[in-house]
Amino acid sequence: MDIPWIQLISIVSAAFAVAFGAIGPALGEGRSVAAAMDALARQPEAASTISRTLFVGLAMIETTAIYCLVVALLLLFANPFVH
Amino acid sequence: MTSNPLHHDVLWQIGPVGITRPVVVTWGLIVAMALLARLTTRRLSIDEPGRLQAAAELLVATLRDEMFATMRLDPAPFLPLVGTIFLFILGANLSGFVPGVEPPTAAIETDLALALTVFAAVLGWGVRRHGLWGYLKTYAQPSVLMLPLNLLESLTRVVSMSVRLFGNIMSGVVVSAVVLGLAGLLLPVPFMALELLTGVIQAYIFTVLAMVFIAAAAGDAGP
Repeated sequence: MDIPWIQLISIVSAAFAVAFGAIGPALGEGRSVAAAMDALARQPEAASTISRTLFVGLAMIETTAIYCLVVALLLLFANPFVH
Repeated sequence: MTSNPLHHDVLWQIGPVGITRPVVVTWGLIVAMALLARLTTRRLSIDEPGRLQAAAELLVATLRDEMFATMRLDPAPFLPLVGTIFLFILGANLSGFVPGVEPPTAAIETDLALALTVFAAVLGWGVRRHGLWGYLKTYAQPSVLMLPLNLLESLTRVVSMSVRLFGNIMSGVVVSAVVLGLAGLLLPVPFMALELLTGVIQAYIFTVLAMVFIAAAAGDAGP
């Protein structure tokens, strides 16, 4: 029985990459939104600046999750060790 | 199940260059933006601006204020490039709502081209400010040991900007497609709303990063 090891491990790794890769950014984004809420409660008149900075920060944090997604996609669709 | 998000079919060949669907959509976007610009600026008037002119003035004023707040420099020389980058990415991200059109920014080639444009702009303005040798010397600031790190930073900026835009927009397209395949016709609508929000935010983020990098290179007009 010929198990296609590379494909098998690539698929499992892709799943793990996205699964674990999403944990860190989610925690980070939770903390940043909590901090933004605190800041908004203390200074409601700075709401637009705080919101804008929050969104920019969230996009930065999101980027590491996207790196994991791209690695998973490369493993699945552009795997250099397959075909 | 879903097609390869990294691969696009070549529609036809022009010499050595293959024209794919994102390229055709980009061309359509260029024509649409040029037509819109021509329409808006056809009859400019100071005393009686029409609605289109008022909207355009609002847009330009907002961009200019944002640029001044972020860059702390006179925004005039940078406004054409940064404004066009913002409007192009915004248009490209939102073009997914036209039926049958896939956002060209869902192809990593488009995003890489945009990031390389920003890289070239940083290079150009740095050379204009410092001269060629002076600009190359800034890579060795504050010490020659930082040279590989600074070079790596420039490379990483390009990769991170393009991958960020690609990942956000492509995942919106793929998730909508998967949900459409799994559930019915109306279930992708909340995902499309998220795609709308993400498209606007990512256009803003890309532009802000471009502004920050260009401002760092073009530098303070010094006291």
